[in-house]
Amino acid sequence: MVALSDYLVFSAILFTLSMAGIFLNRKNIIILLMSIELMLLAVNTNLVAFSYYLNDVAGQIFVFFILTVAAAEAAIGLAIIVLVFRNRNSINVDDLGSLKG
Amino acid sequence: MTFEQLIFYVLAGIAVISSLMMISVNNPVKAALWLVLAFIATAGVWITAQAEFLGIVLILVYAGAVMVLFLFVVMMLDINLVKFKEGFTRYLPIGALAAIATFAMIYMVVGPTHFGIEKTGEPVRHAADYSNTVALGAQLYTVHVYAFILAAVLLLVGIVAAIALTIRRRPAHEVLYQDIDKQVKVQAKDRVQLIKMDAHNEAPVKKKEEDE
Repeated sequence: MVALSDYLVFSAILFTLSMAGIFLNRKNIIILLMSIELMLLAVNTNLVAFSYYLNDVAGQIFVFFILTVAAAEAAIGLAIIVLVFRNRNSINVDDLGSLKG
Repeated sequence: MTFEQLIFYVLAGIAVISSLMMISVNNPVKAALWLVLAFIATAGVWITAQAEFLGIVLILVYAGAVMVLFLFVVMMLDINLVKFKEGFTRYLPIGALAAIATFAMIYMVVGPTHFGIEKTGEPVRHAADYSNTVALGAQLYTVHVYAFILAAVLLLVGIVAAIALTIRRRPAHEVLYQDIDKQVKVQAKDRVQLIKMDAHNEAPVKKKEEDE
């Protein structure tokens, strides 16, 4: 029997790893997007684990919709990256800071 | 340790190691492949939590479609790998510190002291003929049907946005476009012109043998 805390700790590890990925890969927009996907996966694991332990399907339905939104987000994000690369010839985050924010 | 726990820990270990590799490798293609491995291992973890439909959807939609899209984009862009490593070690201490601090805080909340097996009790085990897909579908098409339709609209908006963002009109001297408007509105008199001309005898065509 896998305890609920095991699922939650597993998803916490995935979440913090993807957060560290966003800190470390400051240059590469594509790996930043992949880290965000991993973060969503960690959150979904939480929902699945609670759905299992509470015996309620609603958690899995939330996961279903999060997967839908994540797929649309990945498609639009990649389209924006292609557009940025076509205009700037680079996807380095430092080359994109034209707003000087 | 039961067999179920063994499966869970092996899959969770694979997922953690592959996500660690994903954030540390230099090459985006390798990072995408490690992320696929993390997704597949996490799908196994979900299946141990009796979410079979979502586990399979994760493999089909995520590993199958979204990550392939990532790989397409990574391979289409001609990117300079050397520059990406600048600043990796510079941000390593602060990144590791932030990650460890965040994990410690989350662990204090969700650790075994609050969500251990003796606190939560045993989850309900469904019989072998229980269908997760049927249970999910019954909820999805009745209680959550408006959200389901909205999700469909959201995907349509995603399609339109992705196409509208990446479409590129090239100048007319480079490439010829169809003008559907004109093509539909055209009539026979615009295309065919009948002219009158005088009839006259043409010289007979030579036979083929004479040429040779």
